[in-house]
Amino acid sequence: MGEAIAFYTLAALILGFAVLVVTARETVHSVLFLVATFLFVAMLYVLQHAEFLAVIQVLVYAGGIVVLYLFVVMLANLKSAPEAHEDPRRRDRLGIALAGVVLAEFVAIALYAFTGPLPASAGAAAAVGANNTEQVGWALYADYLVPFEVASILLLVAMLGAIVLAKREL
Amino acid sequence: MTITPAHYIVLSAALFAIGIIGVLARRNLIIIFMSIELMLNAVNISLVAFARQYDHVTGQAFAIFVIAVAAAEAAVGLGIIIAFYRNKETVNIDEITLMRW
Repeated sequence: MGEAIAFYTLAALILGFAVLVVTARETVHSVLFLVATFLFVAMLYVLQHAEFLAVIQVLVYAGGIVVLYLFVVMLANLKSAPEAHEDPRRRDRLGIALAGVVLAEFVAIALYAFTGPLPASAGAAAAVGANNTEQVGWALYADYLVPFEVASILLLVAMLGAIVLAKREL
Repeated sequence: MTITPAHYIVLSAALFAIGIIGVLARRNLIIIFMSIELMLNAVNISLVAFARQYDHVTGQAFAIFVIAVAAAEAAVGLGIIIAFYRNKETVNIDEITLMRW
């Protein structure tokens, strides 16, 4: 019962702030609503016993990526309203209708997949460590070591790419 | 009144749909990038829900990879925005027609 109350409260807050992110007039307001969304998603991770991921969410998303967005909003000091000009060939309503179709499809798949009895869990195959952080550490450094290293190379390349793109002249 | 993975998947689908609306209906490039972040978060919610359902941390490990990719995407994308703003003084995608016929 407690989990249900927490889930519905967090779901309402996440979806409400996500709608505010998409509909906000000012870009800065949108960034601040995005912080709130990320923090409530982190709380949802805690609810699902993914404590390590919740900490990473707060550190990387709410701490790092959002600061990057704030810097860009500050640097792109917009003189005219960003949405002043509109292409006459734009089809906004079609986009919203397509989003509705995708939502209906996902919900239909979820309901179809979960109406029957839930599949049994695979067993405690990865129960090496006692706590969540230890388990994620074992998964990352033992089972997924090569993807982990590839991700580090991706981050390095992205860092170099961002410097090359944003620097005035090399 | 138990919360099943289906609840989390429906929440994830709703958040993903909000992200799609943001990408398709807004014209501010920065807000479009934030909508992409929302969609990546929606994927993470479903991955963590599956990780809990199967009592296995693989889903959480993949969510960490998704966060790494999101950080890389934000860095490169915002670099492109800065480079473009320096040339054209706009972040409106309807005015970014350089490579569109």
